[in-house]
Amino acid sequence: MSDSNNWPTWEVFTQKAQGAPHEHAGNVHAPDAELALLNARDVYSRRNEAISLWVVPTESIVASTPEDVGPFFDPANDKMYRSPNFYKTPDGIKQI
Amino acid sequence: MDQVQSSQQLAELEAEFDRKIASGHVIEPKDWMPERYRKQLLRMMSQHAHSEVVGMLPEGNWLTRAPSLMRKAVLLAKIQDEAGHGLYIYSGAETLGTSRVEMNDQLLAGKAKYSSIFNYPSLNWADMGAIGWLVDGAAIVNQTVLAKCSYGPYARAMVRICKEENFHNKQGYQILARMMQGTPAQREMAQDSMNRWWWPSLMMFGPSDKDSPNSADLMKWKVKLHSNDDLRQRFIDRVVPQAEAIGLRIPDDKLKWNPTTRHYEFGEINWDEFNQVISGNGPCNRLRIKQRRDAHENGRWVREAAMAYAAKQNKRTKAA
Repeated sequence: MSDSNNWPTWEVFTQKAQGAPHEHAGNVHAPDAELALLNARDVYSRRNEAISLWVVPTESIVASTPEDVGPFFDPANDKMYRSPNFYKTPDGIKQI
Repeated sequence: MDQVQSSQQLAELEAEFDRKIASGHVIEPKDWMPERYRKQLLRMMSQHAHSEVVGMLPEGNWLTRAPSLMRKAVLLAKIQDEAGHGLYIYSGAETLGTSRVEMNDQLLAGKAKYSSIFNYPSLNWADMGAIGWLVDGAAIVNQTVLAKCSYGPYARAMVRICKEENFHNKQGYQILARMMQGTPAQREMAQDSMNRWWWPSLMMFGPSDKDSPNSADLMKWKVKLHSNDDLRQRFIDRVVPQAEAIGLRIPDDKLKWNPTTRHYEFGEINWDEFNQVISGNGPCNRLRIKQRRDAHENGRWVREAAMAYAAKQNKRTKAA
């Protein structure tokens, strides 16, 4: 009864409006890119949620791992001087 | 993921996991999670996804007999949504390590559960109204809460689904409201549908809290945020005035408004019937599995052709 072939998954990114970034929406199963795009349209944009779609083979995604989150993002932690709030300006100075 | 070595390590991981849950942290697929959490979620999510898919069958029964082209288009769109909902949830469930093919195999083998409501037959057009209004209405109450559950992929699927369910709910209610303004025969048909779907809809929330074996763990892990009985009450309080507004009678002599608690009181649910249906003896259990198997077999050549085409294109690209 079972199919030996499990269609691979594709990660779907949707752009909601012109000028907006593409954002991850979810994934679909499809045998190839062309059908992945059609499936993505049918699953993630039945109500005009997207004006543009990307599909990317899931296996192509490289992600950070939760276990390493601390050391991985550590370099940003001690650089408060990247924030404008780090700096004090004399009283009465505006628009800076 | 690292192999867990000792029981002490395991205890530490579990304590950390419980802390995360308690502080409102959302669990993602790559996070460590207790095996029972994974199993319970997989059980719930596969059951939920199967319900969306099997749920298309009672409605599909009326597609070719919808009373107008408009009604037919609406019903088609609703059924397509249900397929989409099944896909969102399967996709979320796959992040727990079981493939969609495996889950589907379990369904076709008759080993998987799905909502018992879909083992009831859709006997007349008014049933399309009752299903959208009551069955999807009950699902909305459940899903709105699940959208805040602790597992990210499940919660996100629910947010997406909830946005679409309101259409299902309203189109169903409108079907019945319209019939209740019709001829006596049409009103009778609507009432008959109400009579048949009311109690099974209440059963959709699952057994009473005292008989719900998995509830304690699921509440602790914030997979469930409210008890079955609480959600059932919420549904009843919401639906009774809607029924009254269009002149439908709730088939429960014990139903009455309690001004002190500000809730409706209602009669005893027939749990024997519920247990019969979930253990395979409902009116349509065998039919539903047969319909799913037939659909799967009839679609086999399409899946195989798509796969063969993809393989051929792949070979060509590589050769070029």
